[in-house]
Amino acid sequence: MSNLVSGPHTHARPTVPWIMGQVMLALVPTTLFGIYLFGFPALNLFVLTILTAVFAEAAGLAMMGRPVRPFLFDGSAILTGWLVALTLPPWAPWWIAVMGGLFSIVIGKQVFGGIGQNVFNPAMLARVMLLVAFPLQMTTWINPIPMFSANAPSFMDSLAITFGGTIPHLDAVSSASLLGNLKTELTLGHKVPEILIHSHYSIWEAFNGWTSGSLGETSALLILLGGLYLLFRKIITWHIPVSMLGSAFVWALVFNLINPDRYEGVDFHLLNGGMILTAFFIATDYVTSPATPVGKIIFGIGCGTIAYVIRTWGAFPEGVGFAVLIMNALSPLIDHYTRPRIYGRLRSGAPIEASK
Amino acid sequence: MKLFHFRGGVHPEANKHHTAHKTIRVMPMPKMLYVPLQQHVGAAAEPQVEIGQHVLKGQLLAHSQGNISAPVHAPTSGTVVAIGEFSAPHPSGLPVRTITIEADGEDRWIECNTPADPFELDPAEISTRVGAAGVVGMGGATFPAAVKLRLGMRSDIHTFIVNGGECEPYLTCDDRLMRERSIELIDGIRIVMRALQPKNTYIAIEDNKPEAIAILTEACQPYDNITVVPVPAQYPMGSAQHMITTITGVEVPADGRSADVGVLVHNVGTVVAIHKAVRHGQALISRIVTVGGGAMTEPQNVEVPIGALLSDVIEFCGGFKEKPARLVMGGPMMGLVMPSLDVPVVKGTSGIIGLTLDEITPKPTMPCIRCASCVDACPSGLVPLEMASNIRSGELEGAIKFGLVDCIACGCCAYVCPSQIPLVQYFNYAKDELAAQQRAKHKAEETRKLVETRKQRLDAEIAARAAAAAARKAAKAQKASEASA
Amino acid sequence: MFAAVVSLTVLGISLGFGLGYAARILKVEVSPIIEEVSAMMPGSQCGQCGYPGCRPAAEAIVRGDAPITICPPGGRALAEDLASKLGVAVNLSDLADHVPMLARVNEATCIGCTRCFKSCPTDAIVGAPKQLHLVIQDACTGCGACVDVCPTECLQLHPIKETLRTWKWTKPEAGLAAA
Repeated sequence: MSNLVSGPHTHARPTVPWIMGQVMLALVPTTLFGIYLFGFPALNLFVLTILTAVFAEAAGLAMMGRPVRPFLFDGSAILTGWLVALTLPPWAPWWIAVMGGLFSIVIGKQVFGGIGQNVFNPAMLARVMLLVAFPLQMTTWINPIPMFSANAPSFMDSLAITFGGTIPHLDAVSSASLLGNLKTELTLGHKVPEILIHSHYSIWEAFNGWTSGSLGETSALLILLGGLYLLFRKIITWHIPVSMLGSAFVWALVFNLINPDRYEGVDFHLLNGGMILTAFFIATDYVTSPATPVGKIIFGIGCGTIAYVIRTWGAFPEGVGFAVLIMNALSPLIDHYTRPRIYGRLRSGAPIEASK
Repeated sequence: MKLFHFRGGVHPEANKHHTAHKTIRVMPMPKMLYVPLQQHVGAAAEPQVEIGQHVLKGQLLAHSQGNISAPVHAPTSGTVVAIGEFSAPHPSGLPVRTITIEADGEDRWIECNTPADPFELDPAEISTRVGAAGVVGMGGATFPAAVKLRLGMRSDIHTFIVNGGECEPYLTCDDRLMRERSIELIDGIRIVMRALQPKNTYIAIEDNKPEAIAILTEACQPYDNITVVPVPAQYPMGSAQHMITTITGVEVPADGRSADVGVLVHNVGTVVAIHKAVRHGQALISRIVTVGGGAMTEPQNVEVPIGALLSDVIEFCGGFKEKPARLVMGGPMMGLVMPSLDVPVVKGTSGIIGLTLDEITPKPTMPCIRCASCVDACPSGLVPLEMASNIRSGELEGAIKFGLVDCIACGCCAYVCPSQIPLVQYFNYAKDELAAQQRAKHKAEETRKLVETRKQRLDAEIAARAAAAAARKAAKAQKASEASA
Repeated sequence: MFAAVVSLTVLGISLGFGLGYAARILKVEVSPIIEEVSAMMPGSQCGQCGYPGCRPAAEAIVRGDAPITICPPGGRALAEDLASKLGVAVNLSDLADHVPMLARVNEATCIGCTRCFKSCPTDAIVGAPKQLHLVIQDACTGCGACVDVCPTECLQLHPIKETLRTWKWTKPEAGLAAA
């Protein structure tokens, strides 16, 4: 009787592994760029985070007595590890990668019941946990020092950086991130335009990514490219990225107009930190975002707004992680209030009046 | 003409090119025909022939009973050899009452009652004739056409839509019918117009059938009140509700019928059957069936007598190229899996589709990742992912909250689901389960009433007996006292 | 340190007593649930459950001595209603092996003794002395009371035949989704 199945007897092509694969494909440009920009230590970190995530997934599945193979090959664990790696400081020590990979999969996903069951985005959860628990390691940035360039660490050096925790000629390469630097300087009473000049801020570098920052977050251009690919492939819809970036844009614009000495400009907010990566790759996570277009727009506006508020008035220089987690928690509520209208019924659920 | 959009929908691969260019072939009469008494929504027909009786083609075999029902007729001349049970064309393969006819090979028509001019007929007379010919909705819904016409006459129809959408993949029977039988179709439309007096009449055809559109536009030239409307190819365009919304911009209320918004929709096949019924007095005893799918040697459209076995039809089409992984009656989106080849073609059989393993792409069900593709695809505005998760955990009431009762089972959600969750089957299961619970509740209530009545009756009997005994006693006492006095 | 320990302990103890006291004086009277459950039962007193009637069965269910799936005529619907009424989980697998039945008279052996229709709790059997009796299928609950009294064993229970109207789609296998 295995043949006793309802229609449809034909099926659209996309499957879960295919979707995960497409997202990874879209992440390839910014990832390759990040690894090139920060050298072998970044590569170590990237590989290590993904390996840990996959191992954690396999161990978690085995412990819960669930079949390991089909879930391991759906690609979701690789993607989660990948996203965690992209948000790490590129020369972070090995245990940051391992902690991130473990935390995202075990606490962020398996504890909730595995794929599709988690409330919070696992990658964001790991990022925020690491940031709160290990603020020093998570805010030790380096200036671009491309692979094979004169000062770049060799592969052997990179092993020392990643596993030995020794960062050679520390002064030459470490710098505060732009967001962090700005926050500190503002508290010292400096004005935004001065600070930006002092820290050699350039819109062009923030856009193309030739600047310090997280492993995969520096190049707005390449992330945008990947995001557009996902839109083109219909993996994601425009609602969350546009509303999230749009709301951050509006807030930045308004406050910058009010007081340009205190509030950074639009370009600064959109191009720096994890704003673009989050808008296209993290906030759009199916599991933890609302299901309907209206819900997605509300969700995106919430993410953009909270991120702006935390960046501008909060204690942390970067707020997108917290913003996404807060909105993740609100997703079920948003879903509840933004259900689509049923054909032939009013929003209240009552049948519509017959109109001739 | 301005068209309107409905939300959701999908664009499955049409696969119509295998059969769309081939002329309809008429299948020779098979030796045995199995005519089920229930081929329509409503009450089953009641046989009025006897075993051993000789019947002519088009002769009434079983009459309709009740308000919503339809009669069935002999598809050819021959002898009634059995009135019993036979496998239904239904996934369960359960038996239904069926009249079996052994063809005599003469295929002799009964004398048909044809009106001189159908356009002189009274509207009520038209619906009576349509009802007597056993015409039902041939797009698959199989709602008795006469009942629909009567409803329409009562509710002042302003728009009559002839549904040539045919949005199901593979199926081309309506496409071929529109191309090859345009004269009959237009005549049928005019007969329905005579009955309903609508202000506007539209023949709605999906724009992936340019030939049909061209032919019918040409054929409609003389009649300025019939308009051919190309509509976008978007599944489920053929759903009457969504067709109405596309053409008129109005939605049918959830608790109403299309007649409530002044619209009546008939499938093109139904309209041709109405033409035959009223113009020629011929009952509905054959239909055009698309025989297709990757497993079929020669996919094509065939005119098949009602009651022919699927195996006969497939043999006529050259048999299978390979063993089908799934044999479906209807289209691949909403069609039903057939239990075997030994089930008959019925009035609602639009297609016989033998799908190969490649075409059905079966994959294991994975957990829902809440991608909401189903929410985007649902043309009725439901939240399939929440409905399914409620049903899976046994919360049927929860599923109702997310719109289970408004589900039209079109399959868009399950079609797009990347986790291959059999959403439609979840909904079918829940609908059946709710209906069964309803029946059980009804039965329990009836039982309670019966028990109450019985108890009252018994109590009354006991009381009566006691009263009689008391009376007897009183009489005795009186007698005794009289005697002593 | 000491002050903190003491103050927290005092706080805990007083809150605990407060809650305990409130639970006593604000106690909600339990509704006469037996009456309600009894009213939900089919009331045919058929005895298939093993209790002498519907009320004793209801009492047993409320006491927790009998499972909520005990009533065959009530079936799945009753079990689910009882589950929601009593706030207990329903294990429908107990019902799975119970096939709904209907009584049928074997026309060849019926002697028209009238015993069956006197014993039928729902008056589902019609007939007259010395005449063939007939079971009205819609009214029969399949309780089997008539089977026990029939002297010729002409009354038998038969499983209800599945038809297209009563056939149901099965719940899909959850597969990996539930794994």
